Amino acid sequence: MKNFATLCLTLVMVCLFVCSAQAHTSSGTGTANDPQSARIEKLEQAVADAKSSGDNAWMLMSSALVLMMTGPGLALFYGGLVRKKNVLSTMMQSFAMMAIVTLLWGLISYSLAFSAGNSFIGGLHNVFLRGVGAQPDADYAATIPLQTFMVYQLMFAIITPALITGAFAERMKFSAMAVFMVLWSLLVYAPMAHMVWGKGGLLNASLRGRFPCLDFAGGTVVHVTSGVSALVCALYLGRRIGYPKQPMPPHSVVLSFMGACLLWVGWFGFNAGSALSAGTLATSAFVATHFAAAAATLGWSAAEWWKSGKPSALGAISGAVAGLVAITPAAGFVSPMSAIVIGLAAGIFCYLMVTKVKAMFRYDDSLDAFGVHGAGGTLGALLTGVFASSAVNPIFKNAQGSTLASGLLEGNAYQLLNQLVGVVIAWTLAIVGTMAILKLVDVTIGLRVSEDHEMQGLDLSQHGEEGYYWESPA
Amino acid sequence: MTKIEAIIQVSKLDAVKDALHEVGVEGMTVFEARGHGRQKGHTEFYRGREYTVDLIPKVKLEIVLADDMVEKAVHAITTGARTGKIGDGKIFLSRIDEAIRIRNDERGESVL
Repeated sequence: MKNFATLCLTLVMVCLFVCSAQAHTSSGTGTANDPQSARIEKLEQAVADAKSSGDNAWMLMSSALVLMMTGPGLALFYGGLVRKKNVLSTMMQSFAMMAIVTLLWGLISYSLAFSAGNSFIGGLHNVFLRGVGAQPDADYAATIPLQTFMVYQLMFAIITPALITGAFAERMKFSAMAVFMVLWSLLVYAPMAHMVWGKGGLLNASLRGRFPCLDFAGGTVVHVTSGVSALVCALYLGRRIGYPKQPMPPHSVVLSFMGACLLWVGWFGFNAGSALSAGTLATSAFVATHFAAAAATLGWSAAEWWKSGKPSALGAISGAVAGLVAITPAAGFVSPMSAIVIGLAAGIFCYLMVTKVKAMFRYDDSLDAFGVHGAGGTLGALLTGVFASSAVNPIFKNAQGSTLASGLLEGNAYQLLNQLVGVVIAWTLAIVGTMAILKLVDVTIGLRVSEDHEMQGLDLSQHGEEGYYWESPA
Repeated sequence: MTKIEAIIQVSKLDAVKDALHEVGVEGMTVFEARGHGRQKGHTEFYRGREYTVDLIPKVKLEIVLADDMVEKAVHAITTGARTGKIGDGKIFLSRIDEAIRIRNDERGESVL
């Protein structure tokens, strides 16, 4: 009752205030418009500020979530899959990306990816983060500081090379890995990010590139480039000593399990954050992401149950990651039901890649970076062209401003072609770039550790420590 | 004096310990061990790759007893550890020449 009275009183006061305001404005003549328009301007500014701080809060949160995907997410996921003697070196490869790529991004690679340039690579306008401050850049995200956009994109640039490390686990020199990753970030990641997301990029769908390839959160930029480069690394470096005769089971599926769960949560920042705002598009990407991960978990598990008789924990988490990979390019373009289809397809497809295709060709993609990220990313990029819906995200418009069809199911068959162009470019760039960098690093400092060091384990030989040292002095 | 070495299933350790305490065995040393007899091993699958695990985790107990206690202890171990299936383990008996208490150089059965 008391609340009701307070409410009534408030309403009355608001009415009085509005009436008096109107009386005030109508009482004056001639000069009255100025205070009114000034007030409207002030209100509009307040609304814009409120939206900006809401969007910025979500984007900073998303940036942190994506960083969490690399460390501890990916570090735990990969760390659990290797043998005990290589756990620290494997985690360290992910963690090193958090340091190395960050500095590189500030110095030059952000500029190469996102400053205005030609169709293939950005310019040097933003080296040393010059001009990257509190002012938004409307071409990328009109409501958040460009600096937020920069740091968000940085987290993607960190996890992408970290994904590759799964292919050469347990046998690459730390020094060679560091040099390889610096060159890879500059020669493969930056151009691909520019082509798909940068101003003037050949494949940019939102800024009218020549071949508009839909890639919401990095199916081609992150997963195809890293996955295909991973395959090239695995083939170039050769197998681990003893593979495939000697058993090399994961030393702790428990660590991998925790890592995969952190990846799933972090992926909300990755995909829903790629809306670059906190509006309805972020919600739709969030939901699609979650449904695809769930469906892919079931897809992989069902296939495994059918084939080898038991649904393993490692299978379930691998399926979830495969689904998250495949929905990445599609997240902001598809409905939840389409996301389920994409997830199911990815779960089964990646299971077959990892168990059958790898065994057939006998390459040692140690932690299945290609089988999950390369294969899942390619599948997801193509299926995006099938399922993209203009009702979810009206990205294509004609000159009059009315919405055009997005994907194949809506009748835009060309989109599948554009997706294919994006995928082919990503594959080509990854193969050629990675091959060249590997060759260069191989002839200068050498890629592989010595046979002795490989047997000893990389924790001791590369870092001088052990992951599990129980017998500490009393 | 006799040394009993018993290799048993990990899950049977508590039952064996209780049975031994009941017949008056006061001390024992327990090791985590790995091995196999006729049980062979089992297979595990990781991402479709099959691994044969032939060395299975086991527990090994070592107890040194006065001769008149030995049969009671052996009986306690077999009843505590038996499931009737392959893999229940084995017991080995051997003679011990001397026992010495480190604290005070005491020797013989009284040390036990």
